[in-house]
Amino acid sequence: MSFVSEQLLPSAEPVCLIDQNGVPHENPSYELPARDRLVDGYTQLIKARRFNDQASALVRQGRLAVYPSSHGQEACQIAATMVLREGDWLFPTYRDSVAIMSRGVDPIETLTLLRGDWHSGYDPYEHKVAPQSTPLATQLPHAVGVAHAARLKGEDTVVMALVGDGGTSEGDFHEALNFAAVFRAPVVFFVQNNEYAISVPLAKQTAAPSLAHKGIGYGIPGERADGNDLAGLLAVLGQAVDKARAGAGPQLIEAHTYRVQAHTNADDATRYRADAEVAPWLERDPIDRLTTYLSQNGGLDDEVRQRAEENAVRISAQLRDGLMPEPEVEPAELFAYLYAEQTQQLREQAAFLRDELAREEA
Amino acid sequence: MAHTKISMAQALNQALRDAMTADETVVMFGEDVGALGGVFRITDGLTAEFGEQRCFDTPLAEAGIVGMAVGMAMNGMRPVVEMQFDAFGYPAFEQVVSHVAKMRNRTRGKVTLPMVIRIPYGGGIGGVEHHSDSSESYFAHTPGLTVVTPATVADAYGLLRKAIEFPDPVVFMEPKKLYWAKEEVDLGESQPAIGRAVVRREGADATLIAYGPAVPVALEAAEAAAAEGRQLTVVDLRSIVPFDDETVCAAVRRTGRAVVVAEASGFASVSSEIVARVTEKCFHSLAAPVRRVTAFDIPFPPPKLEKYQLPSVDRILDAVDDLQWEDS
Repeated sequence: MSFVSEQLLPSAEPVCLIDQNGVPHENPSYELPARDRLVDGYTQLIKARRFNDQASALVRQGRLAVYPSSHGQEACQIAATMVLREGDWLFPTYRDSVAIMSRGVDPIETLTLLRGDWHSGYDPYEHKVAPQSTPLATQLPHAVGVAHAARLKGEDTVVMALVGDGGTSEGDFHEALNFAAVFRAPVVFFVQNNEYAISVPLAKQTAAPSLAHKGIGYGIPGERADGNDLAGLLAVLGQAVDKARAGAGPQLIEAHTYRVQAHTNADDATRYRADAEVAPWLERDPIDRLTTYLSQNGGLDDEVRQRAEENAVRISAQLRDGLMPEPEVEPAELFAYLYAEQTQQLREQAAFLRDELAREEA
Repeated sequence: MAHTKISMAQALNQALRDAMTADETVVMFGEDVGALGGVFRITDGLTAEFGEQRCFDTPLAEAGIVGMAVGMAMNGMRPVVEMQFDAFGYPAFEQVVSHVAKMRNRTRGKVTLPMVIRIPYGGGIGGVEHHSDSSESYFAHTPGLTVVTPATVADAYGLLRKAIEFPDPVVFMEPKKLYWAKEEVDLGESQPAIGRAVVRREGADATLIAYGPAVPVALEAAEAAAAEGRQLTVVDLRSIVPFDDETVCAAVRRTGRAVVVAEASGFASVSSEIVARVTEKCFHSLAAPVRRVTAFDIPFPPPKLEKYQLPSVDRILDAVDDLQWEDS
């Protein structure tokens, strides 16, 4: 007899509906998404890849302070937002700019944090996207709180909470999962396991059979998906969102993917991994396999390709135009947002800075 | 409302009850706050009266409690959470510093967090290790937080009501030692403003500046000093952040001498900040260096030794005697 309820166990292998050769696979638990949906996903992936490439280029040109690229794991972020409804919430990490953008946030505002002119550049309520969290896993209890409040208010909101493999080691990850399970909060915890927390490989991060297995201890069902397979991700995440919305409580999904580029531009990945390790992952590229599948199954005609390319060109131009000019920063903003009513001390400090700047100009 | 004699614990309980009645978005949660009513009974009866959706027990995890409160505040609630004991709040420190304090600022005012973190703090109740810390300086040092602490039954009620109505997160430090102190009060009359100190006693010779659990000790010292012929003003800060420079400096300028009394260790503390501010702003009114009576710079001692750590009337009187009196 098993000690673990079968319902909590992830599948033996990560769910993969379209493999790296573009070949579809039957799965008894998950249906292949409709072709239109995959075509939509393809278009978004092309745009996301270009977003990553352009942002990385802007770092080299000194226009962004830093950019943590999600090149190669774009399918995770696109799928995470495609399965959400308008009223749902997204809680992103610093590596999830693509998810933020695909949720509808203005691309320039998406990159405000990484450009360095303010911490969060967008209004979180406009598209229901929380500010990007730089500390690891601390956003997850917030996601639980938003979900719990939504339930108290009688709303059928689902919260998609993103976290990396390294983040699963943090205490807040465990507290958030436990709280969500106890309160049956409608949260989908989505771990993008890209195998590295800066330089530390997964084997040094955890001794668990998989990160999806971590749900068992909290009574949360876990599932694994091929993180480079948009079709599998849409099916698995879609089902998790449906379950959470139907009142089944939180769900834990682990996507198996890989960070093919360095952690950020400040990182030298050659110090901790060999090129030979990276090479096979390049062959599992999420765009290539979907391209192959759609080409062979009639979803990728010239019109689709052209539309995707136009989108990509547009996002590149938008980023260049928006980020090339030096941003105007406003020193008075330093004091403006700490409190609803500014304290006397902050008024004095703001006046001090104003005088200092006036003297410099004089 | 008639004047009735109640304890600070009862006043806090009444404040929560009245706030939950006035505003249905106010929710109270933490460890043991439900059926038990909190280890200090501050939440007594709230679950019975308002139901488990309004006052509820959580798993035992302080970061989770504060983190969940952040999310609930983001989504339209006014959470009030209890940290049970001062030192048990430390696991939540990252949530407080990195998110609670910064959310309004990092989102340019788009996301506000009207929430209250209640922390029973301080010694004097014979608590064992990790049950008697004064953690206010950690929070006061963090921009974006509002930090208040009542010293009277009336202020406990009024300040907590104000804290719950406040548009920003408030760290509400409750002096455990004063939970059972009773006063005859009319709760309806108490309207302490956050950010305003209050003069508890007027005296022309020197000013004692205190907050929270140190206020009654300072008042007792002032009483004793009066018997010896020195008239002391006693200022009760009530609000550590924002700090009321105006009330404090007016008192110091009137008296020309000052002693800061605090229960926390002195090094790099709220008391050091007060000395610095008073020295900078009132230097030319001062007849003597500003003195401090604080705890030693040691971990809070075991119960049988805590009397050596806490500020006492004698230490305050000694410090006052040290203020370079010309006649002595």
